[in-house]
Amino acid sequence: MGEREVVLEVDSLVRHFPVGGGLLTRRRSAVQAVDGVSFTLGRGETLGVVGESGCGKSTLARTVVGLDRPTSGHVRYRGVDVHASSGRELRAMRRSVQIVLQDPYTSLNPRKTVRDLLMQPFEIHADVLPRDRRLARVKELIDLVGLNPDHLDRYPFQFSGGQRQRIGIARALALEPEVVVCDEPVSALDVSVQAQVVNLLRRLQRELGLSYVFIAHDLSVVRHISDRVAVMYLGKVVELGDRREVYERPRHPYTRALLDAVPVPDPRGRASRTRTLLAGDPPSPVDPPPGCRFRTRCPKAQEVCAETEPLLRIGPSPAVEVACHFPDQTPPARLGDA
Amino acid sequence: MNAPVLRVDDLSVEFATREGAVRAVRNVGLEVFAGRTLALLGESGSGKSVTAQAIMGLLDTPPASITSGSIVFEGTDLVTAPERVRRQVNGEGVAMVFQDALSALNPVYTVGHQISELLRVRRKMSRSAARARAIELMERVRIPAAARRVDDYPHQFSGGMRQRIMIALAVALDPRVLIADEPTTALDVTVQAQIMELLTELQRENGMGMVLITHDLGVVAEVADDVTVMYAGRIVERGSVEELFEHAAHPYTRGLLRSMPRTDRDDDELWAIPGAPPSPVLAPKGCAFHPRCDIAVELCRSEQPGLEVIAAGRTSACHRRSEVFDGRA
Repeated sequence: MGEREVVLEVDSLVRHFPVGGGLLTRRRSAVQAVDGVSFTLGRGETLGVVGESGCGKSTLARTVVGLDRPTSGHVRYRGVDVHASSGRELRAMRRSVQIVLQDPYTSLNPRKTVRDLLMQPFEIHADVLPRDRRLARVKELIDLVGLNPDHLDRYPFQFSGGQRQRIGIARALALEPEVVVCDEPVSALDVSVQAQVVNLLRRLQRELGLSYVFIAHDLSVVRHISDRVAVMYLGKVVELGDRREVYERPRHPYTRALLDAVPVPDPRGRASRTRTLLAGDPPSPVDPPPGCRFRTRCPKAQEVCAETEPLLRIGPSPAVEVACHFPDQTPPARLGDA
Repeated sequence: MNAPVLRVDDLSVEFATREGAVRAVRNVGLEVFAGRTLALLGESGSGKSVTAQAIMGLLDTPPASITSGSIVFEGTDLVTAPERVRRQVNGEGVAMVFQDALSALNPVYTVGHQISELLRVRRKMSRSAARARAIELMERVRIPAAARRVDDYPHQFSGGMRQRIMIALAVALDPRVLIADEPTTALDVTVQAQIMELLTELQRENGMGMVLITHDLGVVAEVADDVTVMYAGRIVERGSVEELFEHAAHPYTRGLLRSMPRTDRDDDELWAIPGAPPSPVLAPKGCAFHPRCDIAVELCRSEQPGLEVIAAGRTSACHRRSEVFDGRA
């Protein structure tokens, strides 16, 4: 690897949603959906983001692509602040940073044909391509995602889930973006179809030099597609680093618990497998506990965890950052590993 | 092995639609033994949930109708049994846990009311005894502060806790067989693991037979004893969990196992089965899997392969079953 070329920089990003605070009550609380998230994304890289429901991963996705405004903090695409730009700069940024959503069935207009759906980006960004060259580009896109030109005059409901996701991907790629944020892109698909879409995303990345932020709750899918992985819990990144480090030597007790909870698809030796199960559900992101947010479910929690919030810092290995007062120093290899 | 508690034979279910009859389940057979877990593995449209609904008598007839087969629970065929018998079996004989607890529980009654109502009607318990038993059951499924939460409504519980309440309801009458239809699919991974642990623990304790309906190979590997794989309404393969994972005897099962991403490996390219599962309305001719199969031959396009024994305890519905089983194809 040569010099890493940073395309996207997320800096102390915060997104709170105020709740409550009626006419009579003064006190207002907030859903701290994203609370101080920072990372950089290099050209051609994939950053996987994992976490359970309510950890803020989808809010992070929406804020990164500019669909939502941060409460504070910055998102910079090639040095330009996404939320402070306007006019031509904003349009250029919008072209370059695109999003693929979980269920293209709800995100694609059911009354439009695939042709219309894929033409739309060029109508919004009319200066990108002259009118007479657009259909050729649409055909190119269809081919790129593995659909065929016969599909152009069909409607979204006439496709299977996997094909609809291909349409969603083609649409995201129409304006030749550099960064694509994928928010649970394979979660709604059948197991046998998931692998096709993951492979397609990888091929497109190689061919087009794309950078991905790949958000999912499925840890195994994230391992396959990511170079680096960020683990989120209640609006914060608790561990961030090289995928091998994170998966094979999880430093944060939450990362470890998440990995332990994933069923191992191998019945041999299951009787002797040991795992630490977390108690309870993730707490509500409304007014989360002070100190470390994970301490209410953490097997290692001590007094200091309630008093001082652990910050994300380079952990026992230089390839990982961990936000924990007691990061695992040398966890044993997980049972079932080759 | 003893006789099965529940035995499904040659079950076929059709749905009447505007486009004609859709055969959702075709000639399915299952045996559920006390203390064992049978996984029914399949993707959307495979017929696994319809099979479960047929067993529970939950199909809306019409449009659905059972066109062939029997569902025998402890000597009684539930397909032909009178409604009175059927009701008796539900809950006490066979009980079910659904994927979505929020829609399975009644939102306008407290959870305690829902559990104790069941006990009062079916077990003729007094109001106070039923309430006490409801609290016990809630404690059994590890709901913290059960005595206080018994008067809460379903929406006041988290997803994992609601699933526990549904499990408490399902085991309230000590059923012989528990059918769990994607019981953890809607839950977070850490909660998923807790619920699976609870289900297997209850099963061990009560000696129930369990049918676990799922699309998740990981869950199957962790808890199942036997596996039945369904595709497009039919059973394509059967075997014990160790053998099936060791060497599949059907190309569909093999493809699923190969395409599975794992947390303990990072191979970059995943094996992928091409295409998508067929809609039950337009099942292909011959073997339903042939358009997606990497080893299909001419015969597969014209003729439906039967489910045949390939080794002790192993059956496969594939024209090339022995080659797949031996690893020659």
